[in-house]
Order: sequence, then C-alpha cells, then structure tokens
Amino acid sequence: MPFIPHTETDVKQMLASIGVDDIEALFDEIPAELRIGNLDKIPAGLNEMEMSRLMHERAAAQPQPLCFIGAGAYEHHIPAAIWEIVTRGEFYSAYTPYQAEASQGTLQLIYEYQTMMAHLTGMEASNASLYDGASGLAEAVLMAVRANRKSKSKRILMPVTVNPTYRSVAQTIVENQGITLELVDYPLAAGCIDVASLPTDPGDIAALVIPQPNFFGVLEDVNALTDWAHAHGMLVIAVVNPTSLALLTPPGEWGELGADIVCGEGQPLGVPLAGGGPYFGFMCCNLKHVRQMPGRIVGRTVDADGKPGFTLTLQAREQHIRRSKATSNICTNQGLVVAAATIYMTLLGAHGLNKVANASHQNTQHLSEQLSSIDGVTVAFSSPTFHEFVIKLEGVSVGDVLNALMADGVLGGFDLSADYAALGEAILVCATETKTAADIAIYRDALNRVMSRLKGGAA
Amino acid sequence: MSNVPSHLKYAKSHEWVESLSDDTYRIGISDHAQDLLGDMVFVELPEVGQAVSVQNECAVVESVKAASDVYSPLSGEVVAINEALVDNPDLVNRDAYGDGWLFTVKASDLSELAGLMSADDYIELRSDDDH
Amino acid sequence: MSNEMNSDLNSHQDGVIFEKSRSGRINASQSPRESAVSQVIPAALLRESPPMLPEVSEMQAVRHFTRLSQKNFSIDTHFYPLGSCTMKYNPRACNTLAMLPGFLNYHPLAPVETGQGFMSCMYELQEILKEVTGMKEVSLTPMAGAQGEFAGMAMIRAYHDARGDSTRCEVICPDAAHGTNPATAVMCGYKVKEIPTKADGDIDIEALKEVIGPQTAGIMLTNPSTVGVFERRITEIAKIVHDAGGLLYYDGANLNAILGKVRPGDMGFDVIHMNLHKTFSTPHGGGGPGAGPVGVSDRLIPFLPVPMVGYDGAQYHWLTKKDRPQSIGQLSAFGGNAGVLMRAYIYARLLGREGMPRIAEYSVLNANYMMAELQKKGFDLAFPSRRATHEFIVTLKRQAKTLDVSAMDFAKRLLDYGYHAPTTYFPLLVPECFLIEPTETEDKDTLDGFIDAMAKIQHEAETQADMVKAAPYTLPSRRLDDVRAARELDIVWQPNEQTE
Repeated sequence: MPFIPHTETDVKQMLASIGVDDIEALFDEIPAELRIGNLDKIPAGLNEMEMSRLMHERAAAQPQPLCFIGAGAYEHHIPAAIWEIVTRGEFYSAYTPYQAEASQGTLQLIYEYQTMMAHLTGMEASNASLYDGASGLAEAVLMAVRANRKSKSKRILMPVTVNPTYRSVAQTIVENQGITLELVDYPLAAGCIDVASLPTDPGDIAALVIPQPNFFGVLEDVNALTDWAHAHGMLVIAVVNPTSLALLTPPGEWGELGADIVCGEGQPLGVPLAGGGPYFGFMCCNLKHVRQMPGRIVGRTVDADGKPGFTLTLQAREQHIRRSKATSNICTNQGLVVAAATIYMTLLGAHGLNKVANASHQNTQHLSEQLSSIDGVTVAFSSPTFHEFVIKLEGVSVGDVLNALMADGVLGGFDLSADYAALGEAILVCATETKTAADIAIYRDALNRVMSRLKGGAA
Repeated sequence: MSNVPSHLKYAKSHEWVESLSDDTYRIGISDHAQDLLGDMVFVELPEVGQAVSVQNECAVVESVKAASDVYSPLSGEVVAINEALVDNPDLVNRDAYGDGWLFTVKASDLSELAGLMSADDYIELRSDDDH
Repeated sequence: MSNEMNSDLNSHQDGVIFEKSRSGRINASQSPRESAVSQVIPAALLRESPPMLPEVSEMQAVRHFTRLSQKNFSIDTHFYPLGSCTMKYNPRACNTLAMLPGFLNYHPLAPVETGQGFMSCMYELQEILKEVTGMKEVSLTPMAGAQGEFAGMAMIRAYHDARGDSTRCEVICPDAAHGTNPATAVMCGYKVKEIPTKADGDIDIEALKEVIGPQTAGIMLTNPSTVGVFERRITEIAKIVHDAGGLLYYDGANLNAILGKVRPGDMGFDVIHMNLHKTFSTPHGGGGPGAGPVGVSDRLIPFLPVPMVGYDGAQYHWLTKKDRPQSIGQLSAFGGNAGVLMRAYIYARLLGREGMPRIAEYSVLNANYMMAELQKKGFDLAFPSRRATHEFIVTLKRQAKTLDVSAMDFAKRLLDYGYHAPTTYFPLLVPECFLIEPTETEDKDTLDGFIDAMAKIQHEAETQADMVKAAPYTLPSRRLDDVRAARELDIVWQPNEQTE
C-alpha cells in the first residue's frame, strides 16, 4: 500500500493487542448513519511513474514566455545552493521548533534571519515571518492600532499608491475589528503622494502606511511623509521591497525618527515565482513595540551547561497560550521559505544584493527609455523609480496590446486599467537583473510592431 | 501555603489592595498569583494619569508560561507606577506585596472597597480553586 | 544525532554565520555583473552604509547551513509522534514534481493561457477536497490553518450580515479547542463562550443548550476532538446549533482520522478548513508554509474567499470578486501557497480514492495499538473508556505527583532515546498530558521502540528522578533557559559581540 508499511502479520498482532477482530471495529464510535461508501468522484491512485508522466505533461502546458510582469512578485536569479539545502529532509520535514533542544538548526537559522532582516530594514527586531506581504500589511495595521498608545483611533491612512491587492487583503482582515482604512490620493502626474497636499490637522489617526517603492515603482518622499505622520501622533508602517533596501534608505532611518513598523513581501529573496506562493511576509519593529508584534520570535539564551542556544521566546503573546487575547491567530511562519531567504542573503551579502538592486534599476531605466521611444507610448510619471515603471498607451487598448505581445512570446506587464482607471490605458512594467539587453530589445521591437499594427488597424 | 497578609484586601482576580491614605491605594498581584504564573519576564504598566475603572484590565504581567491581564480592583486615576519592574520584573516573584507592587490609584468611588475580600475570604477562595 | 555533533571539541565551529564573515569576501558567481550607479535616485533616498549581511564563500554557507540542518529532528530522521500535528512521511515525488520549471517559473499574474497546466491541478484539487469532505465548494486560497479558520469565521459573519441578522455576537468553543479558535473568533469581532468537556471526552450538551441563543453566530468544533475521541452526538449538536440560527465551523486539524470514512459535510458542518500540511502530507518545513483550504455548505458558497479556479469546459480561469461579489475577499497577494497546494494535489493523486480511507484505517490502528500497549505498561489514559482516533492522551499526573517527574521531563528524556516528544500540555484541560499521534506511515517496530523507551523512562523516573529531570543529555543543547531568553531579550545578533 502506498506509504503504509504494515504487513498482514503486523496487522494481526496489533489487532490482537487491542482486542478487536478487524480494523473496522476501531471506527465503532462513529454513528453508522454517518459512514460513507466509496469516494467515486476521486480518480483511482497512480503510481509514481504514472504521476510523473502526468505532471510532466501539465508542466509542458506551461509555456515560459519572456516575462516583464512584476506587480508584487519578481523574477530574480536564485543561486543553486539555496534549494539544494532547503529541501534537505532535516529542514523540509521538521516541525515548528517547540522542542528547542531538538530544533537548534531551525532556531539558529531563524535567529540569523531575524538579524539579517533587522539590519536590512534598519530596525531593532524582526519576527520569524508571516504568510506573505499582503497579509503582513494587515497584521501591521492591527499591530499599529495596538501599539500606538497615544492614539485611541482605529483609523489608518492608506495611500492609493499601495499595491491595490494589499489594500484589499488588509481590508478583508481588519474590517471586522472596526478599523477603517482611509485612502490618500496622489497627483496623476507625479505618481506618488504629495506631502504638501496632506492636511495640517488630520485628527486622531493610528498610523500612516508608506510604500517604498510604491506600486507604480515610484519612490515616495519617505522622509517628509514619516516626519508628517509623527508630527501628528501617528505611527509609520513602511511597506518595502527587500531587494531595494540594498540601495535605498532603510525605513529605520526615514525622517527624524524612522518608521515604527516595517513589513513587506520576502519573495524577491531567493523564492521562485511558483504561481504565487509559498512566499513569506517579513515584519520588523523597534524593541519598544516588540511585544505587540505578531508571529514567532527566536531568542538566544544558554542551556543548562551555560552553552549558547536558541529557543522560541515571547510566546506568551501567542494564540496557543493567550487564546482569545492573543496578538494574532497566526501559528506558523513560512519556515522553509525563510530558510531560502536566509541562505540567499548569506550567499549574496550586502555587495551582491546591492548589485542585484542596481542592475534591476538600470535595466528598468534602459527599458523605460527604449519603450518610450515608440510612437504612442509614454512614461506615465516624472518621478524616479526603482525597478518598475508605468507606460501609457495612446489609441489602443491595453488588453489588445498585452494579448498581441503574448502571441509574440512577451508578457508585457500588468494591466492597470481595472485598479487605476484614471490612468487610462496603462501598463506596469518590470525588468530585473535577469533581463539582458537582447531581452529588452525583443520587448521594444515587439511592442513597436504591435503598436503600429493596432493603431493602423484602428485608423 | 503562600503568603496572604491580613492587612490587605483582595479581588477574585488575585489582585491585592493596600490603603496608603484616605483615597490612595496601592495595587499588586497576590503571592498565589505570582506562584501560578511562574518566573515573571515582563510587566506592562498603565501610565500615570490614566483613568482606570473597576474590574477592567489595566496592566499585563507576563511569565514564560502565560501573559495575564491585571484588573483594577478600584476605579480612579493612576498616580504612581512601579518603574523598577521595567528592568526587574522578577520583583513580583520575590516580593509580591512589597517591592513587587504594580501601581497606585487615587480612588474615585470608595464604595467599591466593599466588593473586595478579606485575607480569610481570599484564602477560602483559593482553596476552592485548588479542587 | 552523532556523538561528534555533541562534542564540545568542535563547538567553536557552530557560531552564528556573522562570526564567520570577513570584510571584503565576495561571492562573485551568484551576483549579476557590475552596472553603473544610478544617477536618477535623489541622494536623500539612498542608503548611506551597506546593511550588515554575512560575507562568506559559497562553501562556507553550504557547510554552515548543512551543519545547522543536522541539529534538527525531522520526520526523515526521527519518529515524530506529535499529537494534533500529523507528522507523516512526505513522499519525495510530491516535492520533485511540484518543482518542475514550468510550475516554478510561472508568474502569478501571467495570463491564464500560459498557466493551464498549473490551473488544471488546482481545479482538480478543489474537486477532490469537495468529495472527500462532503462540502459543496472549496477555495484553496488560505495560506495556513489559522487563515482558513479566519476565512471560515469571516464567512459565517458575512452570512449573518447579508441576512440583516446583526444581533449575533458570540461564538461557542469547547474548552479543549485549539488556541487559534478563540483567537480567530476575536479577530472576526466575536466574543467567545467556552463550554466544558465531559469526563468521557464528549462535549457537555446541557452546557451547550444553556449558552446557545439568538446571540450565537456559530460554534467551532474539531471532530475527532482535540482530546482524541470522536464526538458521538455530533448530529444532535448540529441540530441544536442550526435550530438556534447558528452555523457550525469544523476545524480540520484531525481529518486524518476519518478520511474516507465519514465526512464533515455529512455531519452537518457549514464550513471547514483543512490543514494540507497534516492530512495531505505537505512538508512542515520547520513551521510552515502550510495551506488551509476551506470548504462550505450551499448557504456559504457566495462568501468563499477568492481567487478560486473555474473551468468552462475549454479553459481554466480565475474566479474573482467580479464573479463572486459577496466574497469575503482576498486573503493573500495572489492565490495562496500554490507550491504547497501542488504537493497536496500530487499526494492526493498518488493515493487515489482507494488510498484515502486507508490513511484513516492505519493511523487509527497505530494509535489504538500504542494506546493499548502503553496501558499494559502501566501508563494512565485520559479517556480509558474510549477508542483512540488517530491520536490519544496519556496523562502523567500520577508520575508528577508521586515522583516529581513531569510530562515535560518525560518529553525531554524521550529526545535522548531518539524520539521526538509527543505534544505536551495540550489540550490544557488534561493535566501533565502527552497527546500522541503516530500517523499511518510508521511501522510496528518503530511504535514498539517508542513504547519500550516510555517504559524505560518510567523506570528511570522511579529510580533516578533527578537524572530524568535534567534531560536531555545527548542533543546539541541541554535544557535551555527560556526565562533568561524572555528577560534578556537577544533576538538580533549585534556586531560588537564579534570581539568577544
């Protein structure tokens, strides 16, 4: 039987020990009328060879076009060593490190991860991770309402330049607790928040969310925004791209006092796109707020012999002890994915991560210049960007353009028309370090052909 | 048998109350409560000037095993907090009725004192707990 | 765990990765080529000094993390009878086949035309989970059990709200419930009412009748329950809750015990979450990622979280808020933990319809065998009159009282014998408990070895209690000082320690 080791002799001996005649007898406490017969709609089992054949066929139905989509998930080179180590059984098949003495490997790795994330974001503390960037923002909002002791407010300022899916996920998760997310608009030409347009008397608000870069790839004026929020008694929640932090000011150094809570999507750190997950959300803060932070945290301590060792700490905040008064219902972190990110940051180091950030930035600049040279294509915003930018198309529909590009083997970007109708026909485009000059030329030539064909057809 | 000083009043939720003057009262958790919680690792205190109301949570004592809310036995305004607990939360373990006090309240409704227990009643309540 | 790993002689090699770092050491092969420095980003937005990340060679990194891995217990190396966690073997084919490049390189926002292979797997997984749970529709998107719970309770709330029934403010949980249950109810804006468990392990139905009423939004149950027995009067409970206008939520933590035997949908549940990292054998990964799909009865279908996968007979497509305007919304940036779902799909296809009931049969056989044998060795069962399901509870209250050796001491000593400890101190209502779940993938010899070890530790506890109380001895660490860990918080390594 697949994955069941019992022989007939084993079963006989075990039943005799229990004192029943057959295995069915072990289910005699289940009311008979509830028992089911066959699971007819489920296909019969396959052996490994048959399954392998099936999955190779399914994978072959996944063409891999040249991809210029980012919008929250980014294609980066993943060093070979990472997943070789991560899929070792000792990491892959271990459980949550509740028995610390039998989990020192996972625990030390998480401590090293926490250290890397704290230094990358410029904060004093990091948790062991959350599910993903979007749900991480929701947890950051809940945390800010708990942590801001100066404010009694459950209002949060949420810029429209934050990833629209993140806003929607945060809304789903926090709305039942009476928290309101109030949108902050942006000027259409700049593509980022205008600090001067913010109210001088915003009232009692728990926190301001600041994305860096924002969903358009544009860099926000994080220093002025942070100071404005603090001047009005708000906490600052930074939503950041971890790759960008090798190049950009870490949130801990924004403005006079730095951000209070930092969160974001960890996928760019060595995690494959994989259809959207598993990724991981990171969260950092300073020590004065650490007890309000959700999720697991590993601490270094000593054992009975005085040797350094690692253990889960601050567990009293968590659901398995505090139940209905816990900081969150979260149990797991994304342990295995965090292991990948930790090894990624180790292999690249600050120097390598900076090269990834810089190459992605430069490729995006180059692509932006190339695409905006095409008739009918303009760059939407004047502000500087990190590794994404928005193009506007004249006289064509984005849907038609993206479909035509796909037919040419290019995924041209993310269609913004549903979430940002005011932008007109606009596409969010990304080029990471994985794109060569030749790739960029392919995109330019394809878009050039498509634009002239579609515009010609329309005329 | 843990210590239950007879000059204090007690709440069912294991806080003690000591009269400092006509309307100011010092508040902590009982020796029995600290013993149940175990080694204290953190105490979250209210702020001076904060209004507290009877039987509402106003502080948190956290051990390795549990984080437990402290309910104010009296309504009023917090006039002092035990700042020594910030660095030495184990004072609650070592001296629950002395150096391990939590905060002092200027009470606004002295009739609430009638709702508290004597030491003897508290000892009896605890022995019920043990069953 | 080899003796070499325990030796103090090589412990200087086990420092944190930052202690192995040397300034100027660069792994050129893993990084892109040097490119020009940006001229467009204003200086005020640029980082002034590089972050402190390790500077080590690839070999140093590989050796460091490989050595760390060797300090873990895992299913691949040890028996791991952790109750309520279903630590069964994770078949390797599930990993290998989920990591084919066609799946790994698929951008979640790529057009569905380029994702038909992946989406067909997701669609079929939805169908399989529907059938095996008896629910009417399934959404795969919750990223963990706790998020599935959240989705479930949010749907219950959305259901009442949609009917204009705004007086329902309470959720009922048994006192033995997982801690996530009350925490989730609060996240959804509900107050929690706890009801007691009776001495035979069933819910106290009289207590349920007392607390239920027009203010009840629903009840959260696990069946088999967290105390390791099947709730026999489940149909009656479902009727009481439904008659009061409430809904029933099923925590799928213990689905392994009943897979293919009885279905939550048939028991009367309105919404369930499944832990695919338990029942469907996706790896636990040292604490995630998991996946917590939800299934619902007819009345909750409109509220399911999106996206889901639809099929029009020719093409698979995403169902979004446009298709499901009453949906509670999205719970993740994309569609959830797709890679975990792929592994569960592969596992489900390898088992097939005939393999699923076998899981219940052999996990229940293993648990009942261990329970019988441990009782014969003199251990006390928490619910001796009941059948075990896929797990059961031993209480060490007597040992704690007479020998001053606690369940935690037994747990730590088991590690020395090479067995991961069972779940200790959960459920909270059984004192000094061990919740033991062997799973179906363990053979009889392994179970016998564990039972022998328990008997030996009992003997040690009787003859040399102090030795047991100071265990473990043979692991990379002795017992850790968790009071110090919480009081003197050291959660981020600081470079100035390098000079120590």
